[in-house]
Formats: sequence, C-alpha cells, structure tokens
Amino acid sequence: MSLVSALPARRGRSGSLFFSTLGDTGGTILVAFLLLAAVLVPVLNALPTDSGLHIPNYLVSLFGKYLCFALLALSVDLIWGFAGILSLGHGAFFALGGYAMGMHLMREIGTRGVYGNATLPDFMVFLNWKELPWYWYGFDSFAFAALMAILVPGALAFVFGWFAFRSRVTGVYLSIITQALTFALMLAFFRNDFGFGGNNGLTDFKDIFGFSLQAKSTRASLFAASAIALALGYVLCRFLVSSRFGRVLIAVRDAESRTRFLGYRVEHYKLFAFVISAMLAGIAGALYVPQVGIINPREFAPANSIEVVIWVAVGGRGTLWGAALGAVLVNYGKTYFTGALPEAWLYVLGALFIGVTLFLPKGVGGTAKEWLGKLWPKVRASKPPLTPSPQAGVAE
Amino acid sequence: MVMQMLTQAVGRLVRACVLCAALGSGTAVAQTVETKSIDEMVQVLAIGDFTAKIEATQVLATTGDPRLVPILQALLDNNLYARKSDNLVVIGKEQGGTLAITDPLTEKQLGAAAPADFERARLNNRLRTVLQTALGALQLAHPDPARRKASADALFKTPSLEMVEPLKIALAHESNGSARKALVKALAATELQFTDQPEAKRAAVVTLGAFADPDIRAFLNSRISGINEAAPAEQQELKAAMIAAVAEIERRVATWQMFGNVLQGISLGSVLLLAAIGLAITFGVMGVINMAHGEMVMLGAYTTYAVQLAFREYLPGGLDYALLVAIPAAFAVSGLVGIAIERGIIRWLYGRPLETLLATWGLSLILQQAVRSAFGPTNMQVTSPSWMSGAIELTGGVVLTYNRIWIVVFALLVFGLLIFIQRRTQFGLQMRAVTQNRRMARSMGIRSGWVDALTFGLGSGVAGMAGVALSQIDNVSPNLGQGYIVDSFMVVVFGGVGNLWGTLVGAFGLGIVNKFLEPYAGAVLGKILVLVAIVLFIQWRPRGLFALKGRAVEA
Repeated sequence: MSLVSALPARRGRSGSLFFSTLGDTGGTILVAFLLLAAVLVPVLNALPTDSGLHIPNYLVSLFGKYLCFALLALSVDLIWGFAGILSLGHGAFFALGGYAMGMHLMREIGTRGVYGNATLPDFMVFLNWKELPWYWYGFDSFAFAALMAILVPGALAFVFGWFAFRSRVTGVYLSIITQALTFALMLAFFRNDFGFGGNNGLTDFKDIFGFSLQAKSTRASLFAASAIALALGYVLCRFLVSSRFGRVLIAVRDAESRTRFLGYRVEHYKLFAFVISAMLAGIAGALYVPQVGIINPREFAPANSIEVVIWVAVGGRGTLWGAALGAVLVNYGKTYFTGALPEAWLYVLGALFIGVTLFLPKGVGGTAKEWLGKLWPKVRASKPPLTPSPQAGVAE
Repeated sequence: MVMQMLTQAVGRLVRACVLCAALGSGTAVAQTVETKSIDEMVQVLAIGDFTAKIEATQVLATTGDPRLVPILQALLDNNLYARKSDNLVVIGKEQGGTLAITDPLTEKQLGAAAPADFERARLNNRLRTVLQTALGALQLAHPDPARRKASADALFKTPSLEMVEPLKIALAHESNGSARKALVKALAATELQFTDQPEAKRAAVVTLGAFADPDIRAFLNSRISGINEAAPAEQQELKAAMIAAVAEIERRVATWQMFGNVLQGISLGSVLLLAAIGLAITFGVMGVINMAHGEMVMLGAYTTYAVQLAFREYLPGGLDYALLVAIPAAFAVSGLVGIAIERGIIRWLYGRPLETLLATWGLSLILQQAVRSAFGPTNMQVTSPSWMSGAIELTGGVVLTYNRIWIVVFALLVFGLLIFIQRRTQFGLQMRAVTQNRRMARSMGIRSGWVDALTFGLGSGVAGMAGVALSQIDNVSPNLGQGYIVDSFMVVVFGGVGNLWGTLVGAFGLGIVNKFLEPYAGAVLGKILVLVAIVLFIQWRPRGLFALKGRAVEA
C-alpha cells in the first residue's frame, strides 16, 4: 500500500464541517437513517396497536440493543480498521460502562428493593455488608454515573494502552493480552467481595430519572438516545479518521515501523485512538444496561469480545458505517437463529468467522464500496483508500 | 434358652481367646473361633433380648472377624431378620413388597421371601452405641491395611472410651506403617480425651505433637479451648503443653504445605505444559494463533472416551490398557483434523495473523457445537485405569494422587519427544529453519507449505494427547478446551515463541506461582494476580522469556 497516497496532509475541500466529516455516502446514509429512526420509531411505537404502521414494543427494545452493539462495533472498528489494533477485550470497556450505569440504577431503586434498605443495594444486605463501599459513593447522581461510564473505561484503556504501546506490544501479542485483561476482569467481577453483585451482577432496576424502565415511553426514549449516540459516535470517528490525525493512524496501521522512522510518536497516536475507542464502548455499555435491565460478569467473557470483532469483519473493517451495519446484521441473525434453530446458531456464527475472513475480507461494507466504485469511477478516484488491504499490518 | 446359648458361646470364645493369647497371636483370633459359635451369637443378635444382644456384640467385637461387619451393619441399619418358623437369621433388603434375603455369614443370595414370614431384629439406643463401637473394633482388625487405617482415622474423629482397649490390642499387632500411625493418633486422641491420669494425658500430647497433621491441630485446639482460666493448675500445665504441641505442628505443617504447594504447582504446570506445547509449536513456526487449539484438546479427550467405549464393548478385560491405545488414537484424530484445518483454512490466510485468529475461533465454535450435537452437552464418563487410581498420602495433609503423578511423567515424556523431533530429525531441522527465516528456508529448497502442514498436524496431535491426560482429571465436555485456552496463551506468551524450553519454564513457573498465590489470595484472586503479572511482564519483555533474537523477529 502506498504510504504517500495515504498521507495527504490537508484536505483540499471546504464546505460545512458536518458534511465534510461525513465524507462518504455510506456514512451519510447511516446518520440520516439514524436521525430519522430516532424521531420516527418513538412516534410509530406510540400509534395504536391495530394501526398498520405500529412498531411493537419488543422491536423497539431489540433494536435499541442492536444500536448499542453497533456503537461498540464502531469503537472496535476505529482501532482495528484504522490503527491495526485488534482488541479482543473491548467487551471489558463495554461492561465497565454498563456497570457504571447499573450502579446508578441500583441507587435509584432506593427503598423499593426486596430488603427495603435505603442505603444498601439488595445484594449487599444479603451479604451482610454494613455500609456502602467508598467506590459506590456518588453514583446517586446520574451525571456522575454517566461521567464514570466514560472515564473508567477511558482510564483503564489509558493505563493499559500506555504500557502496551510504549513497549511496542503489537499484533497477536496485543490481542492475547487484551483477552487476558477482560478474562481477569471477569474473574474479579464474579467475586462477591468485589462489591459489584458477584455472579448475579446488578439487576432489578426500577427507573431512570424517575421514569419507569418498563414504560413504553422510556424504552422509546432510550432507543432514540442510542440512535443519537450512535450517530454522534459515527460523526466523531469519521472526523477523527479523516483528519490529519487519522492519516497518521492509517500509516501506523499499514507500516508501523516506517511511520516511527518518519518521526511520528506512534504510541501516542495509538493510545489516543485506543482511549477514545474505549470511551465509546463505555457509552455503548451505559446505554445497553437500562434497555436489557441487567449487567453481570458474563459480559466480560472473552468470547463476547471476539464476537464483536466478527461484527466488524462482517460489516467491513475500516468503513465505520459497515461496522455498525455488521453489528445489527449479525445480532439480528443471532436473534433469529437462537429462536428458530438454536442448535444451528453456533454453526452459523463459526461459518461467518471462517467465510468472512476467507471470502469476504473487506466485509459487506467494503465490498459494496468496491462495487459502487466500479459503477462511479469518479467517486473512487477522488478518495484515498480507507479500507485496509488484506495484507495490512503485516507488511513491515 | 437364649441366655443358655449365649453363656455357652461366650465360654467357648473366652477359651479361644485365652488360647490365642497364650500363643501370642491376637490377629489369629478370627480363625480360631469356631464358626458354630459365631453362628449362635448371630442368632442372639437377631432374636435375643437387648442385654443379651449387647453382650453378644461386645464379644463378637473382640473376634476381629471381618465377616461380622456386614451383620452388625445390617443390625444397625434395621436389615437383620429372623425367620419366624425356624429362627433362620438373614440379612434382608425390602424391594417392592418382597424381601431379598442373603445368608449373613456366607453372603449367599437366598432369593426373595415374603416379609410377613420374618421378624425384624429390634434395636435400642444403647445397643446402637455398642454396635458402632464394635464395628469400629472389627474394622480395626480388617485384613486390608487401608480399611484398618480408615477405621482408625474414623476413631480419631469420634473417639470413645470403649475403644481404648481395642485400639491398644490393634496397635500391638499392627505391622503396616501408615495404619500404625493412624492407630497411634487415634489412641493418643482417645487417651487425651478420656483418661484421668495426668501422665497418660501428657504422654498423649507429646505423641500428638510429633505429627504434622492439620487434623491433630484442630483436635488439640478444640481441647485447648475446653480448658478455661478457672481450671486447676494440673489442667493449665496440660494446656501449656498442648499449646506448645500445636505450635510445633503448625511449624511442621507449614513446611509440608510449602512442599505440597510446589508439588501442586508442578502438577498444574504439567497440565499447562501439555495444553500449551502444541500451541507453542504452531505459533512459533507459523506465527499462527490457533484459537481452535483448545478444541483439539477436547477432541483428544473425546477420542479417549470413544476408545474406552470400544474396549468396554469388545475387550472388557483390557479396559485398564484402553488409555495406552487412546494416546496414539487421540494423536491421530487431532493431528489429522489439524492437517485438514491447515490445508483447508489456514493456508489461505498466511501473512494475516489476525484473520487467522478469527477464522480459527469460528472453527472452534463449529467443533464445539459439532461435538455437542454428536455426544450431547453432558459430561462423559472416562474412568481411570486401576494403575492410575489411588494416592500417596504424605505427612502434613499433602496428598499426591497417582493420576497427577502420571500426568507429570507423561508431560515430560511428550516434551522430551518433541525436543528430540526438533533437534535430531530432518523434519525438526526444517521446522527450525522455517521458524527462523521462512524466506531463506524456502530459498534453500525447504517446502515450507509442507512443513507448515506437518507442523500444524504435530501441534494439534500433541494437543490431542493432552486431551487424553485431561480426561483423567477434568470433565470431558464440549467446553473442555475453552478452560485452557487463555492459560495456554499465557504460557506461550510468557515463555517466548519458537523455543520449547521457554514453554517448559513458562508452564511450570506459572503453575507454581499460581499454587503459591492461592493460599494467600484465594484461587480466583491468585489467577487474576498471575494474569496481571503476565500483562506487566509483557511490557518488560514483549517477546517472552526466551525470545528469538535478530531480524527474523520483526518479520
């Protein structure tokens, strides 16, 4: 891959920042669709049940969940597609964000728990704890919890990434230690004395901002919030990767040593992208928990994190919007198969992993882009290649 | 009439005892008592009054005849019957309205009978206590040393005054070392608890203090807490002696535990070595992370199960050797699957390690589900051959099971074999050449594709053999491999790629560190600490302990 073409220092275009950062057709469609859905879905959900346009409640929460997964996939694509960092532990950041939100929701329960204890969540009463551990302080406030849902994953990513990238741990080694990270966190959160509900995690949430989590309107609002978060996340990622910073990141992906020899502090670029990505994953987790009503240590399982990677691979690594699409497609498939043919789901998922890597290395998104490029050669010529070539990250 | 019979029998027994005491052979008692008199006593047990029963039990207890154990047990469990017509004594088990009866002494099946024809032998609480003690005494004279030891251990846990004499007799005739130790322990504990002579008590404390046994520590501690401040000076003295003994035991136990931790660590390390070494080969040579490696282990374990099933079906006599057949079978099955994977999938993904990782992960999902569909999601029963069951019990509560020892031996053998292949064969030479510099190796005429396929087959085959070993200590289920995959990666990353010695050091190092951390931090936290330590270690040596040096590394 030509490094020169990947590093145009300036964008020679002007115009509104918003549309220039969107940059590509797929992304524009995605953002437009998301904003439309954020408005339309709650409205259609509110229609009477017998109306032909009515969207049933279960679909609203199902797709709300998918959108959170899509945001998680987006965060993985930012580092895998553009910095060549294959994290097999991104589920950890997602779950940490989820736990931060879960803790707030636990505090919201107040005296309505089974034991009716005003200061302690049920599981602490059950474990005979006498007072709230210090790390639960502050979660009464939504703002604090929301901040933590972003800062905790960010801080963990910063510490972990700082060590890893400084020591030039790359490739499969990095993948394996990210996997170890999430595995260690899973073991820790399974422990009762860790103070996060152990095996059962946090559940039995009642309401958020005083609105019941079971209410139709709350669910629709959460869906809308997820759609808007995904749209904003997309715009942020697109802005990052098409900025000067993004160009360097792509150079790192394609030829890390060369970029370093050119004088870039490679580890700083990678670290920044890694932290942003972890924060996005944290936000996704924070939006996910109120919609599914539970967060437990199984979210940390390494298998979950690896599954996220396949969403990105199916959708198209390095396309951003493809990652979001892939997450929705694969998860819809999962919902369908686990309902209709539970035996077959693991075969399908396994075949997806193998099939996509062997036959569709650019994913659905990348392949679609290629075809579109053939149809409208002009569009193609004006853009530098953003999707990684199959050999990317090895050619050093 | 019953009383008459009893006195007669007791008379004979006493004579027999005196006789054998004169000959100086106590364990021979069982043989010298005439069968007839035992028959009569059994009769008493079934139909006599309570006083007679108690006396008969006490006399029977001194015979040391192991045939009496099931009878006394049956009486204790309300399973002893006498036929109403002719007072025939039988052991009966009620089964759906009928009574399955057996002869009490010969244990011969006598078929089924109507419960109405029989009368159940009655029990009261005092008889129950006597029966329990008698059972203990009889078991102390059991011909099998392991049984004698077990009953002595049981008496240590529930000491009773009546057992002092039987224990002393048993101790006088005991020749087996470990059973003797158990008897000494039980006797000392009984004396400490029940005698009123201070010297005997002190002697018992000294005896107990010489052991390095956590159970004795607990026993002494319970005695210590039983003596309060207000007790007389004599008691206080005893208390001080016991505290000193506990301290002594504690010191000794700590040393043994340390030793035990090392042994446990070596055992865990050998399991890790088996699981990781195949991974180290494929990763080292091909730079391929095989996420389906755990499933190769799982396939090996299922092959063991299948081989065992076949043996059970066609060659039940050779079941003990099924495992020896399973080793090459598992190697072949996993190895062939490995070669198929390499030719079918991995070959197309060279130079794309991250994609290989994903594809093999997908494969692992498929293999797991396939095994689940074929064998079901439940655990499969793989029995250990007789030469692998049992354990060596060392002092200080350290137990070494034979299957663990065999696995250590097996792991080292496999390791030695792989080192031999790597160092001394043509294939090994080519493998090392490809590891160090693939392009140069190709230029020298080595068919690297062929080496890749065979290496992957070898690595997978070794994983299959690991599965045979793991089937002995872990559940054979579709998730078997999953539990080891993260650990295996840690070993490989820690030990360094391309060097089998690194894997050896990594596996045993992690195993021992893990087991040393466990007592202080608990199993889970210990594991977390190890993982964190490895993540930090990677910062310091990004390519592991024994990294390849030179330009080849960056490729």
